[in-house]
Amino acid sequence: MESIKKNKKLMAGIVITSIVFILAFTGKIYTPYDPNEMDSTAKMASSSLEHLLGCDNFGRDIFSRVISGLGNTMMIALGTVGMGVALGTIAGAVTGYYGGLLDEILMRFNDALLAFPSILLALLFISLIGAGKYNVILSLGIVFTPSYARIVRSEFLRVRNLDYVSSARLMGASDARVMFVHILPNAYRVMLSTIAIGFNNAVIAEAGMSFLGIGVQPPDASLGRMLSEAQTYLFVKPSYAFSIGLIIVLLILGFTFISEGLEEI
Amino acid sequence: MKKKFALILLVLLTLTIVLGACSSTGKGDSSKITIGIAQDLEDSLDPHRAVAAGTKEVLFNVYEGLMKPAPDGSVIPAVAEKFEVSQDGKEYTFTLREGVKFHNGDPVKASDVKYSIEKIAGMMGDKPRISAFSLIEAVNIEDEKTIVIKLSEPNMELPYHLAMTNAAIIPESNKTPDTVAIGTGPYKFVSRSPQENIVMESFDDYWGDKPFIKDVIFKIEANADTLVMDLMGGSLDMFKHMTKTQVDQLDDNFRIYEGTANLVQALYLNNKEKPFDDIRVRQAMCYATDKEGVIKLAFDGKGVPIGSAVIPAFKKYYMPELNDVYTYDVEKAKELLKEAGYENGFNMTITVPSNYDPHVKTAEVLVEQYKKVGINAKLELVEWNSWLSDVYGDRKHQSTIVGTDPSSMTARAMLERYVSDSGKNFVNFSDERYDEIFKKAISTVDDEESTICYKQLETILTEKAASVYIQDMAEFVALNKKFDGYTFYPMYIIDVSKIKPAS
Repeated sequence: MESIKKNKKLMAGIVITSIVFILAFTGKIYTPYDPNEMDSTAKMASSSLEHLLGCDNFGRDIFSRVISGLGNTMMIALGTVGMGVALGTIAGAVTGYYGGLLDEILMRFNDALLAFPSILLALLFISLIGAGKYNVILSLGIVFTPSYARIVRSEFLRVRNLDYVSSARLMGASDARVMFVHILPNAYRVMLSTIAIGFNNAVIAEAGMSFLGIGVQPPDASLGRMLSEAQTYLFVKPSYAFSIGLIIVLLILGFTFISEGLEEI
Repeated sequence: MKKKFALILLVLLTLTIVLGACSSTGKGDSSKITIGIAQDLEDSLDPHRAVAAGTKEVLFNVYEGLMKPAPDGSVIPAVAEKFEVSQDGKEYTFTLREGVKFHNGDPVKASDVKYSIEKIAGMMGDKPRISAFSLIEAVNIEDEKTIVIKLSEPNMELPYHLAMTNAAIIPESNKTPDTVAIGTGPYKFVSRSPQENIVMESFDDYWGDKPFIKDVIFKIEANADTLVMDLMGGSLDMFKHMTKTQVDQLDDNFRIYEGTANLVQALYLNNKEKPFDDIRVRQAMCYATDKEGVIKLAFDGKGVPIGSAVIPAFKKYYMPELNDVYTYDVEKAKELLKEAGYENGFNMTITVPSNYDPHVKTAEVLVEQYKKVGINAKLELVEWNSWLSDVYGDRKHQSTIVGTDPSSMTARAMLERYVSDSGKNFVNFSDERYDEIFKKAISTVDDEESTICYKQLETILTEKAASVYIQDMAEFVALNKKFDGYTFYPMYIIDVSKIKPAS
């Protein structure tokens, strides 16, 4: 515990991330205004006590949209990471534990996936299955799987021939038990920092895809979607794009600090 | 120290390069104009096969028919010099103009005219490209300068149909009009790079007034968000379909022209798809739509609300009173939904082409408005290409927002798409009385009678709530101050030949 407190990066990361999480969580249960409600009298209103960050071109409250969009973006990022970790862990565990032909086939497939630029590959999936929130999670999840699979596999390769694993096997533990109860916990520290980085990549990928119009569909908000809407008004109302950019930066910064802090422990 | 200096130098160098690229071209070269368009010419370069309004808007500069439209809404002779109509309205005699040449240098012969018109009329085994041309019985060459078109029924609107880009005269010798565009217009087609640009050049042997600007580039600008920056940065000189918000952001390097888009913007409902097969649901949708609200929220209050499928520019046929049939009334909408058995509302999908920002914005506002009557609408943004094939071609949609344009300056062009068996009837509207009156409207020689018929048709569309008609959008044209002379037509076209360098 002392070491965590002394770790400034980790602390800073945790503080920033908690703030962002609290904002996102608040956005899920309460927003000052309905994020999609339009008000013709408040078009492009500037910041005031009523509307903290002002209003957009439809008179929608930007603050409400930012925190509800933050929730959408984070949901997609978490879903993506969750899916990537689940698939990646299974693939990595199986290939690392058994080795052999299966390992060769799966890992070459993995290499093939890694060879594509991730956004491009995700775009390809989207063009096959169509745009939308859940499809973005699905395609990004698949795209992010290989990086987790590699890490888990290398951990398994290192540990699988250690004495305690052999003992466990001699005592009659099933393969699944050996893999997930005895070996996997060894991988958690490396996994944690990879997850933090992966989460960042997912946030940026979501923002990028929504910016291109294939992520979250209007009128719902997401950070990328809002950024692309704000772009039109860059000269008239720079604060609009700026506030969204700031949130994205905070979100990424927090997780980057956490992952760097974790590596120092 | 040295390192620091080198770093500063590097930063300065990069800035110079980056900022240098940003500088606007400003004054200067006015022999070349770059015009932004929202979509590529994906359907065809063949004027007879082009369907998208955006395609015809560009091709207008390359092609001409026997007649061509004038800015005031009338038609003037083009490839033909003059024409005469027989007493019974069934025989048109056209005299071809002396010295009209195609872009490949060949003179326009009577046989080319016959070929073109027969091709459009579907006399070569195809179906007619312009439905009015199905009346054409024969195209006869009297002599090298005289063409006689015989009709099976009298029709007074033929010159208007002949002025459409779809009725252009093309050379018989061109076997691949789909990709090689050869016409008689003021500009000749040079090249097309898919998803990038279409290049044209002024045609030296043009029969009429020579165009002022030599080189024209139509640049595809699918992203509405970067439009303002591209105009200010100087990579575009002109854009036709701009909103008030976009125009407001431009600096004073631009001349702004305000007009109407001459489009019927509507939430087009698929009349065969549930729940819109029920007239009460369609009427409820009309009552639930606050057109003024849409115009106020998404268009800065600029736009003319409409209540039927005819644009206000067609003064002779336009009926402003139809706009008051469905006034915004949430209670009435709920009542009608209850009668139709949708007391708790329903889910619907609005398909919108993603490259048309005004339609996307309209859709966003409508989604909010429909929430008030319990209808849960979802947006589906699609590419223009898939919109053309799936929504327009295969009619696979529940509802969609687009603007439809009159392809010729007749009421028929706007109202024909609602005839049950029309190929353009992508809303699947079907009404026997409508079909009957339409037949009467197009066959009568009496102008007054046909006007009455067309007005009846408009009224039917409103009464049956064929779709939710929203507005004729206001349209702003931004033109760099290097140029002048942009001219509006009551049609969806850009006439580049009228644009000239500013004096």
